[in-house]
Amino acid sequence: MPDATTDYIVEIEGLGFSRGDRPVLDDLSLGIRRGEVTAIMGPSGTGKTTLLRLITGQLEPERGDIRVDGRHVNRLSRRELYEMRQDIGMLFQQGALLTDYDVFENVAFPLREHTNLPERLIRQVVLTKLHAVGLRGAARMMPSELSGGMARRVALARAIVMDPKLLIYDEPFAGLDPISLGVVLRLIRNMNDALNITSIVVSHDVLQTAAVADRSFILADGKVVASGSPEQLRTHDSGFVQQFMHGHADGPVPFHYPAPDYAEHLLSRRES
Amino acid sequence: MRESIEKLGAVTLFFGRVLAALPQAALSRPGLVVAQIYNAGTVSLILIMICGFFVGMVLGLQGYDSLSRFSAEDSLGTLSALSLFKELGPVVTALLFAGRAGTSMTSEIGLMRATDQLSAMEMMAVDPVKRVVVPRFLGGVIAMPLLVAIFNAIGITGTYAIGVSVMGVDSGVFWSQLLSTVDLSDVAEGIFKSVVFGVAASLLAVFEGYTCTPTAEGVGAATTRTVVETAVSILVLDYLITAALI
Repeated sequence: MPDATTDYIVEIEGLGFSRGDRPVLDDLSLGIRRGEVTAIMGPSGTGKTTLLRLITGQLEPERGDIRVDGRHVNRLSRRELYEMRQDIGMLFQQGALLTDYDVFENVAFPLREHTNLPERLIRQVVLTKLHAVGLRGAARMMPSELSGGMARRVALARAIVMDPKLLIYDEPFAGLDPISLGVVLRLIRNMNDALNITSIVVSHDVLQTAAVADRSFILADGKVVASGSPEQLRTHDSGFVQQFMHGHADGPVPFHYPAPDYAEHLLSRRES
Repeated sequence: MRESIEKLGAVTLFFGRVLAALPQAALSRPGLVVAQIYNAGTVSLILIMICGFFVGMVLGLQGYDSLSRFSAEDSLGTLSALSLFKELGPVVTALLFAGRAGTSMTSEIGLMRATDQLSAMEMMAVDPVKRVVVPRFLGGVIAMPLLVAIFNAIGITGTYAIGVSVMGVDSGVFWSQLLSTVDLSDVAEGIFKSVVFGVAASLLAVFEGYTCTPTAEGVGAATTRTVVETAVSILVLDYLITAALI
């Protein structure tokens, strides 16, 4: 029986999940070590975001077992699930800030919902977290006035405001300019080490992820096809991993979607 | 047909979830509910007042025309009050409410769904049904009878303006006829209807927003469905309640 003191904060065994008839995850197993930055990589549509939603209990698996900090996620009641989530911070793809509230109130939101802290203390906590992401000066801006990179930093401040044990990033690099990207990369590393937490980064940006992750898992067709440090993956002997890590256009994943013979197709009169 | 039954089932289940979350959500954060009563009420207020006045004036013209054919113009106040209290007030207000407040509830919640704000709340261990849906639902349910009351009051004023000031019905007769014929039970029927319509209109609005496809297109389609479904359900419910009460 695993308990909360094991090396792994997230343990997944034999996980299966499908959407309609299409299997998304199939017999997937992996473990995420405490204190590390773990990347989950893979081509688009391989179920990376689905995996995150399963880990956080937003979706229910069809088969298999997911344990987060020793708790079996799919056996928790709604209340227990919400208790578990208070230990998890999550950063959504576009930040998912509450558009009705300004930056300060967004970061204060979890505190106001879950604690009875006096206003003075809330202010201090919020300003500390905003300072950590470099946006103390933007406290009174509305989400619509923020750039993509700033929005993600505010979302990060909000994700750490309850001092979580586990921080999850869903595509944190998508659509950022190089400077914002550098900031986010630095923040992921610093947050992980300074706050002594565990981070999961889901991304398909190989270069950025390799720069920040201690360990990576590569998913394809709903399974883990490779895992290891960025160095190990770069020299991995699987053709698919080579193609993915180096971004070759053609390889085990073919450039051409399956089609009839080219010459015949051009000469035929009808679209078959 | 199968789709409609499934939909009815989904709405009923959602209603159950809203009701289960309602006491705690309302008691722990009454401020959120008050804000939504204000939202749902004020956005519809001007519309309700203008439409109420015109409906009342039309009742004045048509009522006078019909009643004068058998020399019963004195009953104009009664006719207007009964029509408004029992039917037009609750029905027209609910239809206008669906178009104004209902659509904004649907698109607001739908947009929160499309931009992951609802998922973000769930991940922050905040139940969006409690935090977002219940206050809006309750705000709509409480605002509706108040709007109906305003609609009725302004409607009768409209009839009075036409009937007494233009058509020459005696002011004293207008009011005394109205007061002696209209029963408390007529008013109660209207209040009952307005509460039922408030529940139906608000429930459909929050349901469509909460369950919409999380895309721009999905939010648009959900908003349209809110108006159409609310209109149909209000008219069907109106018939059922009237048939049960008469």
